[in-house]
Amino acid sequence: MIADHDIVVLGAGLAGMRAALEAARAGSNVAIVTKVHPIRSHSSAAQGGINAAIAEEDTWESHAFDTVKGSDYLADQEAVEIMCREAPADIIEFEHMGVIFYRNEEGMLGRRAFGGASLARTYFVGDITGQALLVTLYDQILKAGVKVYEEWFATAIDMEDGKCRGVVALEMITGELHLLRAKALIFATGGLGRLYEPSTNALICTGDGYSLAYRAGAPLMDMAMVQYHPTTLAGSGFLMTEAARGEGAYLLNSLDERFMQKYAPNKMELAARDVTSRAEATEIAQGRGIDGNVLLDLRHLGRDVILKKLPQIHEMALDYLGIDMIEQPVPVRPGMHYQMGGIKTDVDGATRVPGIYAAGEVACVSVHGGNRLGANSLLDTIVFGRRSGRAAALYAQSVELSAGGEILLREEQERLDDLLSRPYTGETCAGLRLELATMMDEKVGLYRDEAGLNEALAALNEYRKRYRNVAVGDKGRVFNQALTFVLELGFMLDCGETIIRDALDRTESRGAHTRTDYPERNDRDWLKHTLLTYRGEGAEPELSYMPVTITQWQPEVRTY
Amino acid sequence: MQFTIEVGRYNPEGHYAETAVPGQPFPPPWNASPARRYQTYTVDLPSHAVVLDALIAIREYQDPSLAVRCACRSAICGSCGMWINGHANLACKSKLEAFTQDGKTRVESPPSMPIIRDLVCDMTPFWDKHLAVKPWLQNKEPLPSPDEEYRVPNAAMEELIQEVSCISCGACLMDCESFAVNPDFLGPQALAQAYRYVGDPRDAKTKERLGELSRPGGIWDCTHCFECVQQCPKGVAPLDQILKLRKLAVDAGYTNNAGTRHADAFADSVKHSGRLNELTLLPKSVGFFNIMDQLKTLPSAINMARAGKLPPLIHKAIPGVERIKKIFQRVGGRFK
Repeated sequence: MIADHDIVVLGAGLAGMRAALEAARAGSNVAIVTKVHPIRSHSSAAQGGINAAIAEEDTWESHAFDTVKGSDYLADQEAVEIMCREAPADIIEFEHMGVIFYRNEEGMLGRRAFGGASLARTYFVGDITGQALLVTLYDQILKAGVKVYEEWFATAIDMEDGKCRGVVALEMITGELHLLRAKALIFATGGLGRLYEPSTNALICTGDGYSLAYRAGAPLMDMAMVQYHPTTLAGSGFLMTEAARGEGAYLLNSLDERFMQKYAPNKMELAARDVTSRAEATEIAQGRGIDGNVLLDLRHLGRDVILKKLPQIHEMALDYLGIDMIEQPVPVRPGMHYQMGGIKTDVDGATRVPGIYAAGEVACVSVHGGNRLGANSLLDTIVFGRRSGRAAALYAQSVELSAGGEILLREEQERLDDLLSRPYTGETCAGLRLELATMMDEKVGLYRDEAGLNEALAALNEYRKRYRNVAVGDKGRVFNQALTFVLELGFMLDCGETIIRDALDRTESRGAHTRTDYPERNDRDWLKHTLLTYRGEGAEPELSYMPVTITQWQPEVRTY
Repeated sequence: MQFTIEVGRYNPEGHYAETAVPGQPFPPPWNASPARRYQTYTVDLPSHAVVLDALIAIREYQDPSLAVRCACRSAICGSCGMWINGHANLACKSKLEAFTQDGKTRVESPPSMPIIRDLVCDMTPFWDKHLAVKPWLQNKEPLPSPDEEYRVPNAAMEELIQEVSCISCGACLMDCESFAVNPDFLGPQALAQAYRYVGDPRDAKTKERLGELSRPGGIWDCTHCFECVQQCPKGVAPLDQILKLRKLAVDAGYTNNAGTRHADAFADSVKHSGRLNELTLLPKSVGFFNIMDQLKTLPSAINMARAGKLPPLIHKAIPGVERIKKIFQRVGGRFK
């Protein structure tokens, strides 16, 4: 099938659906392509809340400063200013759409504390904020009648003369390959957590968008900035929201000490995530952990606060660890959580490739710089989702839809047929993925050094060779997940390579990127972004640099 | 620990492993659902592992052709609703140990939904019902200005968290007894979502919604079997929401329907005799002169008679019925 739209959005999480809704409002013929039903998107796993300076004693400048400081001064301050200024109206709009935000005694939006913030400015629905936003937005998409290509898997971007003109996607239920022609594509494909093991991310977070856009010519930026969340559940690695600490939970070591006193005497457990994760890792490395974990203690919050404001993590600790947090502290450890880097965009989601826009985790505006503050990711999705939807709609009015694209459709069909007919040689997709992801966690995780990163690069090149021998363990057409897993692993390899290259290159420590061989932040040489541009199969990415936009906050020493 | 998993396989292209054995057809009302072939796998997992861990282990290291939807692994995304030992559950929340019966765990796509492949069912009926209740806020006017929220008490928002906690896994609908025999029934999830908006003080169309929900296929078609309450992995308790909707609908004046008349006849009989007069319940519910609908129940009546389950023809009051009447007076409301 070949279908034409003004705009095709890839991904149906918060950023994607917000972009689609905005483009539809602007009069565009818009469709969403998503590899899972929109409600299954990983936005639903965001627990704690969404930041905005809405309270009278708060200012957008304060929110922006906290964000910039949290980013270790790598965020672009113009973009941060836009996000923080527009945050209140975007959140209120979601309230008007029906999100059941927590209220204060006056019946107005109530808030909770979160990490790295100078005052409480996180708005929330229990500990299911992402889910509450996602279902509300999905229902708005239904109401607006936006076309959704559900369980369609994007395999390649159609380019002509350096301009994007569509996407080829596999319909899972029939196994048919389709061409969707569009004047603009908006990438809202989410993160790449499966590249790391363990990770808080869902099995669907496989970095598809980073790789597709990168190969289409859009540069990736600051890919080294991979966030480890301080509180992921021992064993499974599931997320225990920062809202637990926002509500007052303690972090304890094996000596029962609130060890954050040593690392962040002012903010204690509510320091920025990179700081808190490193503090935990230090405690564990120095022998004050408990089986490789520290303890998250909520007992003093009491049953009522836990059950009313944190019911989901209470249920998760009970289900997957058998621990009732009302009575017992929960063992947690730092775990891979979020990619700050991504497809380089301007403040309207535009990339350097005409017709390609991006928003949400897959994009890098950059509002998170070296380290994202908790409850700023939901905000990023709805502010820049909206802005990219608007900008793409305007762009679509100025260009003509291209004919053609059948050649790519045919090539992709041949590529997939070849993949399906590849003989089994003992190399499995799952086995290779696990090796890759375990290696990334070990060598490109919380702490990095040159030797380890070089080993990582060598390993990755080896995995690339082995990837060519991975066979698809299912030859059918209908719902062939074995096929899409192999394609996803290919995407992950591109992501891994760009992360390692960037991490090797950045000889300093900033935000989430900690080089033990270069432990200090180096503003003289590294107060800049790194762009990674695709140069063809087998070639190293081209590295180039861009200054950080500074408007009103000069870099300072960062303490909490 | 070793676990044995028997997986219901279905492949519309007809490819099956030789070890997959044909299953029995499903009993009515699901006999139209295609028969599966069952394939048995053994997996070695920690004792606290869940069914989804086993399915992922099978898919990754034993049989990559096994199709199963899953994403978050932690009961948030709602992807992995399926039948486990004959009832709808989330695979990621069901402990293998607890679900091992006769040495194995049986996993399959629910026969109550159309099937696509293996453990992947077609959720279209589910989403169609969801859409049918207009699951979006129909805002009360005037809308607050763009920099102001609706002012509502926190208790009103907190009350709706139970419904917003729904992850659309479909477990309730998959096991709904009423949906099994009546595909037009809106079903537990959609009705719980209907309550989510009826109960929202910011919604302007409460009365209209209640009117629509009182029509056939709506709130009165639930048979109180409690399957949805039992199977919901997130504590949404759809039946509770349906009962709230019924009360609100009757209070709003939507009483001209079989459901309300049935409830009224039930209460009336108990009030006057202390027990249920089943003979008059049916005509009072569907209408005395609605001969057609009364005749439709004839086969059931014959079956009941055969099983010795027909109610006595002469209906007697219980001793002390006066005290029952006093209870009704004390409770007040419609039946005082």
